[in-house]
Amino acid sequence: MRSSFKTLTLLATALTALPFIADDAAAQAAKKVKIGFVTTLSGPNAAYGQDMKNAFELALDHMGRKMGGIPVEVIYEDDEQKPEVGKQKTEKLLQRDKVDFVAGYIWSNVLLASYKPVLDEKTFLISANAGPSQLAGEGCSPYFFAASWQNDQNHMAVGEVLNQKGVKSLYMVAPNYAAGVDGTNGVKSLFKGQVVGQDMTKWPDQLDFSGEISKIRAAKPQAVYVFFPGRAGVQFFQQYSQAGLKNDIPVYSAFTIDAVTLKLQKDLVLDTYLTSTWGTDLPYAANQKFVTYYKKKYKETPAFYGAQAYDAANLIGSAVVATKGNLKDKAAVGAALKAAKFDSVRGPFKFGNNNFPIQNVYQQEAYKTADGGYDLRTISTVLTAHQDPHAAKCKM
Amino acid sequence: MLLIFEQFLNGLQIGLLLFLLAAGLTLVFGIMDLVNLAHGSLYMMGAFFAAVFTEWTGNFFLGALLALPAGALLGIVVEVIALRTLYTRDHLDQVLATFGLILFFNELARVMFGVGGMTIEMPEWLKGQIEVLPGLPYPSYRFLIIVVGLVCAGFLYVLVQRTRLGMLIRAGASNREMVGALGIDIKLLFTLVFGLGSALAALAGLMAGPVTTVQIGMGDNILILALVVIVIGGIGSIRGAFIAAIAIGIIDTMGRAFLPNILSTVLTPSEAGTLATALSSMLIYILMAAVLVLRPAGLFPAPGR
Repeated sequence: MRSSFKTLTLLATALTALPFIADDAAAQAAKKVKIGFVTTLSGPNAAYGQDMKNAFELALDHMGRKMGGIPVEVIYEDDEQKPEVGKQKTEKLLQRDKVDFVAGYIWSNVLLASYKPVLDEKTFLISANAGPSQLAGEGCSPYFFAASWQNDQNHMAVGEVLNQKGVKSLYMVAPNYAAGVDGTNGVKSLFKGQVVGQDMTKWPDQLDFSGEISKIRAAKPQAVYVFFPGRAGVQFFQQYSQAGLKNDIPVYSAFTIDAVTLKLQKDLVLDTYLTSTWGTDLPYAANQKFVTYYKKKYKETPAFYGAQAYDAANLIGSAVVATKGNLKDKAAVGAALKAAKFDSVRGPFKFGNNNFPIQNVYQQEAYKTADGGYDLRTISTVLTAHQDPHAAKCKM
Repeated sequence: MLLIFEQFLNGLQIGLLLFLLAAGLTLVFGIMDLVNLAHGSLYMMGAFFAAVFTEWTGNFFLGALLALPAGALLGIVVEVIALRTLYTRDHLDQVLATFGLILFFNELARVMFGVGGMTIEMPEWLKGQIEVLPGLPYPSYRFLIIVVGLVCAGFLYVLVQRTRLGMLIRAGASNREMVGALGIDIKLLFTLVFGLGSALAALAGLMAGPVTTVQIGMGDNILILALVVIVIGGIGSIRGAFIAAIAIGIIDTMGRAFLPNILSTVLTPSEAGTLATALSSMLIYILMAAVLVLRPAGLFPAPGR
């Protein structure tokens, strides 16, 4: 009697301990992959954050909402396009939600305010849009990856397009924040002509560009370069056209015309020049899958914001798969991210030493579709396998 | 020289747009002693109304004509439902409540009109330019804003200085209790004033719409400028709002336009650019600080306050 009681207790103990044993056996694979996603979901630029969120969700759908068999949980946070709010939300994701990855960030100034606590905690930060030079050069980090681009890249392509078109005098207008500074520097680094004027506007609350447009008219340049991401791009082109300059001085831009803004810009941006690292018409299988299913699910055309968020999700997925979900091994996760073993919607995609992509930049144009809508199409490759100029200063 | 005149017109246009917004705000603040942060939301809703009505009627002017009473009506509804109970509360409660209204209206606009925003389609002849001086084409629509702003200022001047309602408004700004004691229906007066203020906000919003596009939260930033205007102009003073708004419009535009050139005579171009951008966005706040030091009640304080 006594011995059988002992056996029973032993059995019970063994049974209760079993789940823990099973847990140990799985080589510390996480039970859940937690991703914090910070983007702009309210205010005038909410549509761009929504595009990113849509695409990120679509990528998860395509993965069966699992990465390497582990369920994924995404916590979306709204940065309201304000650096201080972005920082606060980022800290909340780290401290309260204890996320494994932080991703998102449209605006360079929001990212620059938010990245430090993430990298200090050795948590991986995957930017799905902003690519400020501050994180690409001396400030590069093994915990920061840009699934998008380095800010300068698209603008450098604008500089190259200007050269190809034989433009000799250029007027530049861009917002006065990190990305605007990177943008104007990017154009100047390749543009061979003369910059006859440059205005940096107050960001993000200056929406009336009458003063700058008057100066453009007076300066009589051969071409104008603008960088006004999000809604400001609609306002600039509207006012530029109202001032009667649309047909006189051609506009070259980057990040200013996309699928979302195009719905409002319409005719205003026909016959302008723009560059992008991605387009709906890039012929890669991953891209066609993304574009087709995005249109099917959301009844909208995705913008580059979404395309990059889709890539960011797949990049994270590839690292979780490669490390078999052992996210505690930071070195292995970092190496897996750097390997970028995923099918990018941009086709050829790899990371340089500073964890920013080496990729092509294309020239695109807006056109009127047969059904009366508007779309963007890719005309030529301006920069091939291009690496940003700050990489040389990165010690990694 | 032409450029200076053109920039002056730009400044005047921005100033007059600001005046339309600030006039309503100063009326409500001065007469009803109500801090209405949701004034910017009424501006936004006015713009959305105009966009919807323009799409609906196919004509910008019909759209605008319908948006004005719609804006006034919305203001009256807000006043009767939400703000009436706040008059006796202190300013902090009012700030809190009207801030809540901003969130409410932004969300309402998102539900009703979507996150994408709208554009207001203008008639062809307003899309072009007119030659204000030989060799100086100016966007017709911006010129229309200047005209509407000036007409509106004239209308408000006559209304406030020459009519019985205006007399009550002025009296209300000076001493509310006394107006009530004289047997005037203060409740009705407040509702009317709030409706008028809302219509002005809607007018500002719908005039701004074709220039800056109609979007959620479009009133949030410009409200700060409007508050600067009424602080400089003196709370409750239409005349003060007019002068302060135009001063701010012109100083802001001129600063943006010419500071880089002026500073580059003593600094390197890149330094001048950085400093000029920073300085020009501060200019109006420097002006406000200066006015507050020299005349704490603003340039034209309402008598008796």
